[in-house]
Amino acid sequence: MNLFFQQIINGLTLGSIYGLVALGLTLVYGILHIPNFAHGALYMVGAFMSYFFMTDLGVHYWVAMAGSAAVVAVLAILCERLVFHPLRNSPPIHDKIAAIGILLFLEAVVQMFWGSDFRRLSSPFTGIMNFDGLIIPEQRLLIIVGAFALVIVLQLFLRKTMIGATIIAMAQSREGAFLVGIDANRVAMMTFAISGVLAAVAASLYAPINLVYPAMGHLVIMKAFVIIILGGMGSIPGAIAGGMIIGFAEAFGGFYISTAYKDIIAFGLLVLILSVRPQGLFAKGAH
Amino acid sequence: MLFKLGSLLMKPGAKMALLAFAIVFPFLAANEYQVYVMASAFVWAIAVYGLNIITGYCGQLNLAHGGFFAIGAYTLGLLTADAGWSFWPAFVAALVITAVLGFFVGIVSLRLKEHYFAIFTLCVGFIIYLLIDKWEELTHGPIGVRDIAAPSGFGLVDFTETTPFYYLVLAFLVFSIWFMGRLSRSLLGRTFIAIRNGDELAQSLGINLMRNKVLAFVLSTTYAGLAGALYAGMVRFIGPEEANINHTFDMITYLLVGGIGTLTGPLLGTVGIVWLTQSLQFLEEYRMIIFGPLLVILVIFFPRGITGQFLTWMHHKAQSLAPGKKQKASKVQTASAREAENNA
Repeated sequence: MNLFFQQIINGLTLGSIYGLVALGLTLVYGILHIPNFAHGALYMVGAFMSYFFMTDLGVHYWVAMAGSAAVVAVLAILCERLVFHPLRNSPPIHDKIAAIGILLFLEAVVQMFWGSDFRRLSSPFTGIMNFDGLIIPEQRLLIIVGAFALVIVLQLFLRKTMIGATIIAMAQSREGAFLVGIDANRVAMMTFAISGVLAAVAASLYAPINLVYPAMGHLVIMKAFVIIILGGMGSIPGAIAGGMIIGFAEAFGGFYISTAYKDIIAFGLLVLILSVRPQGLFAKGAH
Repeated sequence: MLFKLGSLLMKPGAKMALLAFAIVFPFLAANEYQVYVMASAFVWAIAVYGLNIITGYCGQLNLAHGGFFAIGAYTLGLLTADAGWSFWPAFVAALVITAVLGFFVGIVSLRLKEHYFAIFTLCVGFIIYLLIDKWEELTHGPIGVRDIAAPSGFGLVDFTETTPFYYLVLAFLVFSIWFMGRLSRSLLGRTFIAIRNGDELAQSLGINLMRNKVLAFVLSTTYAGLAGALYAGMVRFIGPEEANINHTFDMITYLLVGGIGTLTGPLLGTVGIVWLTQSLQFLEEYRMIIFGPLLVILVIFFPRGITGQFLTWMHHKAQSLAPGKKQKASKVQTASAREAENNA
């Protein structure tokens, strides 16, 4: 029974991380209809920034995380300004190719500075909590609590503040948002910044129980895409629910079926779902 | 001056000159290594032609292309190294298998549109990579496949030598380009372009979207399989890295630099960039620092690549000359204008 609960904890941890990454992706998609393939690279840069701040500048974990979030937010805004903004009227295939260009560039730059070695980010939370046989490492608990807190803050921001409301309005109807005088540029930059912050925080939370290396974003971004397709592209609750579905599917699948193939589970699920429902699970009827 | 060079390139003679250069290249090359590099550039060019069918002409960004390349390579590798087949039957099998798999992936993935299709194929490419990496009983996992047979020359030629192999690849490349040329001028090719330019409009013209898209997809995966099989016969050692998504990204770069949706683009882009990376060896690892921004700059400022830009420019030039030299210019115009307008 304990092993079962252990998997629930694992599923929650994975689901939280995936959910955070997918949230950023889905926000950007909702506003600009860009599948940002470079989002995984932002996640990777976030982990490396935390690593840099902690090992080279010797600052505390929390400070490093905040610094990394700031750097990645600026980077995301730059991507929007320099790349996606000039492409706003191009055919959709161009956005995708440009996003791939950003991804390749960021990976190469990180590889130039840090090499392709695997690194470990040490976290101050190395303790283990034992609840009557159920073992929870502190870092995992931190991930779950941190992710939930961040999602709640984001929800409050989107629902209760004026800037958040403009983002929601823009996602609901572009023309409608223009009509009431919403500045599209500001909303786009804001959305990219939020997505960057989410990616950087997710990476900094997850890095201590995983490894830091230039290709670390590949799997995560692909799973995040699976998640936002599952949850409906552009849907915020969908991204969180989808993240949990994939997180649990991997934790349980990896434990009860096969560890070697656990990464395939998410993609297999996607192939299965899209074969049956080409528009995704929760998408509103388009076509 | 440039315009004259341009009209020269449009003439059939230019193709012959290009072909003649390719034929004498092994004699001009300083060493065997250069011939080898050129042969590998040709192999990639064949794969890029495949990508051009589905992405360039039909407008569907297929991110599993590198995966199908790897399937072609692995089919040939496993059949010759493990099952003891000789090269040519395994080669045909590689084509058939990539075509059949392409068909099945196509009928599922092509029901999806735009972003969904790109993301789906990204995942398919990754599944292919994971399967090759993890299914050790079949693929030997990360160890890779060794002792792959070289093409048998039936006692006449020895394809383990670089130069004969170069000519073999060249023959396949010429055939691939010829077939593409026929395809792009045919009704089928124009159907693909119609789908790219707007699938709802195409549908309203009575074009069966699904059938044509699947056909384009199967053609493209077969090209990838062909290139993969030749690649395996050339390097004779393959590993899971062949299915790495970076290969797909490389091919997109070649295609975009050369000119997406054009006939000469894939060749120019691939050969050009392969030689560029060769001459900047020290950049090998960091080449993406240049190619990443290059991709972005290309899609923003020159979305049609070298060839597309050139064709548009020719078109304008021909139009401005049209009143004076009506006869001559209109001839140039028809060829270049058609391709330029198709890409608009």
